[in-house]
Amino acid sequence: MQYESQNTARLYFIGAIALFIGQILFGLIIGLQYVIGDFLFPEIPFNVARMVHTNLLIVWLLMGFMGASYYLVPEEAGRELYSPFLAKLMFWVFLIAGALTVIGYLSVPYATLADITGNGILPTMGREFLEQPTITKIGIVIVALAFLYNVGMTVLTGRKTVVSLVLLTGLLGLALLFLFAFYNPHNLVHDKYYWWWVVHLWVEGVWELILAAILAFVLIKTTGLDREVIEKWLYVIIAMTLITGIIGTGHHYFWIGVPGYWQWWGSIFSAMEPIPFFIMTLFAFNAVNKRKREHPNKAAVLWALGTAVLAFLGAGVWGFLSTLAPVNYYTHGTQITASHGHMAFYGAYVMVVLTIISYAVPILRGQEAKSNGMQVMEMWSFWLMSVSMVFITLFLTGAGVVQVYLQRFTDTPQPFMVVQQKMEIFYWLRELSGVIFLIGAILYALSFLPTSTHKQQASTTSA
Amino acid sequence: MSEIFTKSMARNIYYGGSAFFILLFLALTFDTHNALPDRDNREALTSQAKAGKDLWEKYDCIGCHTLLGEGAYFAPELGNVYERFGESKEAFIGFMKSRPKDGVPGRRSMPQFNFTDQELDALFEFLKYADGINNENWPPNVQG
Repeated sequence: MQYESQNTARLYFIGAIALFIGQILFGLIIGLQYVIGDFLFPEIPFNVARMVHTNLLIVWLLMGFMGASYYLVPEEAGRELYSPFLAKLMFWVFLIAGALTVIGYLSVPYATLADITGNGILPTMGREFLEQPTITKIGIVIVALAFLYNVGMTVLTGRKTVVSLVLLTGLLGLALLFLFAFYNPHNLVHDKYYWWWVVHLWVEGVWELILAAILAFVLIKTTGLDREVIEKWLYVIIAMTLITGIIGTGHHYFWIGVPGYWQWWGSIFSAMEPIPFFIMTLFAFNAVNKRKREHPNKAAVLWALGTAVLAFLGAGVWGFLSTLAPVNYYTHGTQITASHGHMAFYGAYVMVVLTIISYAVPILRGQEAKSNGMQVMEMWSFWLMSVSMVFITLFLTGAGVVQVYLQRFTDTPQPFMVVQQKMEIFYWLRELSGVIFLIGAILYALSFLPTSTHKQQASTTSA
Repeated sequence: MSEIFTKSMARNIYYGGSAFFILLFLALTFDTHNALPDRDNREALTSQAKAGKDLWEKYDCIGCHTLLGEGAYFAPELGNVYERFGESKEAFIGFMKSRPKDGVPGRRSMPQFNFTDQELDALFEFLKYADGINNENWPPNVQG
């Protein structure tokens, strides 16, 4: 590690992985509720377990992005972090706010939580992914501002590289677009129109800038390639992301009450959204094939390549499957959507955070890479999680095909709940894959536990 | 990539492309807003329907159901439930009141929320309003 303040990233990475495991546990609960409908009812109803599952995902990915920034920005800027204290403080604020919110979800009925937290004053709750009480949302804004200030000051007073500027642009967009979470009109069409400015423009817009910047950083470090080359690729990827992704928002506007022309804009532009992901795959493999050094952290390189491949498959290919309006007419809001959501989030964002953790944590401990044994364990976790996520996606796709046909496409459409029963086998197989995924995630965490050599090193450095 | 295509060209495409498509998106947004009064059924957005939307959010209905296809996929689509229930307020209220408090063994069941009659009216008005939005004839059939 070059700069002492990079160490703040460690807290964020530990927090992220702990919440990741929690997210998977709640995923298993809702997966089981799909087949055993009264599981944990009425103590933990489906909607509550689901909001814990999705909100933990959002929070731990944000923690991962923040950790990544605190690690890579000092190195890129060539100076210590502007304020390591603020970074540490904000971690605890974020963690405690997140924990209190989850405790709130689980301990009182959601409607009571809305009352306690004064949702009536500025109603923002009860919308998908934005279920957090308004005060939590305000907390998120404060944490984001403090974070941006800290990272921004570090970048602006230090060396400005393309990687850090792209990362900063992505983070700034993330914070600004979140402000639409506070806009909640009664007009449902307006509500939905701008809700997507948070959701779509995050995951199919500015988050991709963050993803590309982190991936570029890890590839520069592990391949020893010339920055100029990597930066050119980075510009091409993010250019294509925004050129396709901004108007691509239209693929969410097919059936929410806006004019029909959005079917054309949305279909054409979102059909091109796989392009930046494809370029990212070419970029990652090209960089590794032309590498100028052999980095001892083989696991990190595996994660980087895996991110590129599964982001392309999950976000690109599976997104394309249901993005054309005539197809989406039948697949919208079915398990097909869920299948795409799972592999896209895993491939793009989960994996890039696991990549930077894989790369950075050994260095924060004063080694270039973990021992071979621990790397083998980590690679096992890579394959267990990635293969089981591919299966989760395939099983949900199978479920979705049955659903689309029986409920939407056939001449004699059947009611929702009747069709759900006919999809049970796929839900069971999905749940089984989920258990394997959990094992993979636990192995990942275990592969980073400090070994006795670390403890020795730590005691010698402190002495 | 060859040297003909330089880093500064890539950067210019990024800046120029992003700026152009942000402006195009804002223009389309402006046009959409102008078209909405004829499509979004705003005349049905009464104070009762607004109260219904507040309840819809307060009870996190979207955490199990979809509305115009968005939400969770655990329970039926409600954007057209007004039509599915034969446009009948009695049927809707009867269904809501009949949800068992402790659920149904082994099966999914909506919780009993103990809504007042006034609240049930509001929810009904909200769902009726949502059903009247011109959304290009989605879903394909009454099953949602």
